[in-house]
Amino acid sequence: MTIDFMNFTPWESFFGGTLIGFAALLLMLSKGRIMGVSGILSGIIKRDIKSDWLWRIFFILGAMFGPFLLIFITNNEIPYKPVAGGILFLVAAFLVGIGTSLGSGCTSGHGICGLSLMSKRSFFSVLTFIFTGVITVLILEIIS
Amino acid sequence: MKIKLMRLFFVAICGLIFGLGLTISGMLNPYKVYSFLNIFGIWDPSLAFVMMGGILVNACGYYGIIRKRQKPIFTENFLLPSKKNIDSNLIIGSAIFGIGWGIAGLCPGPVISNVFLHSSDAFLFLTVMMIGLWLGKKLKLK
Repeated sequence: MTIDFMNFTPWESFFGGTLIGFAALLLMLSKGRIMGVSGILSGIIKRDIKSDWLWRIFFILGAMFGPFLLIFITNNEIPYKPVAGGILFLVAAFLVGIGTSLGSGCTSGHGICGLSLMSKRSFFSVLTFIFTGVITVLILEIIS
Repeated sequence: MKIKLMRLFFVAICGLIFGLGLTISGMLNPYKVYSFLNIFGIWDPSLAFVMMGGILVNACGYYGIIRKRQKPIFTENFLLPSKKNIDSNLIIGSAIFGIGWGIAGLCPGPVISNVFLHSSDAFLFLTVMMIGLWLGKKLKLK
């Protein structure tokens, strides 16, 4: 194991994380909901109560414009380097969708919110997806 | 009507802060997520710091503010997950998610925040992911 000091951003990442936690707190305090993006998205598909639909759209729209707030303040370029393309990219998208749906949450819902609430289910979910994520990357690194 | 719109606007601000946090933390970059999972290679631990920051603020707020309240500000009750047991849906689903997460370095939050920045990638990912979300829901009922 070698730490990638070139790209390691402890302060920015920690500060960004506190903003994510703050957003989750505000949503729980106002709307009484867990801030889990996969859950918010899948609620848009389901749409059984009309009033339950609109807030999800507004949250998603807000999250879409979030990066522009930083661009507006700092004028910085936001780093983006893709790691997969073609069929593999589509397979990944499908796995993320079906997996978070079956597993009832993703990095935000289980990772940030669930762990804060000391949920046992979230703890096992996070442990599982980090484990399979690490194994997947290990395999990809070996074959490439 | 006015109150309803103001509340929706507030929820959008929650989303905006979430998206801003993701951007500052560097999590919009698939390579950064991939490097976090690359523990046996050249490892970038940044994602762990995002989690620490998020959990710190959210946990303090939850135990300090939320738990002391009877109900949220906009609605009648807090909607917290009722399930407590570890079932196969949870473990299998999370395992499948982890594989996709490792391959593309993307999870639902950053995909959303990348929609206007890297539209072609993010839109494609989002569309296929939504199909997966829908299918997962069907499978889960059984």
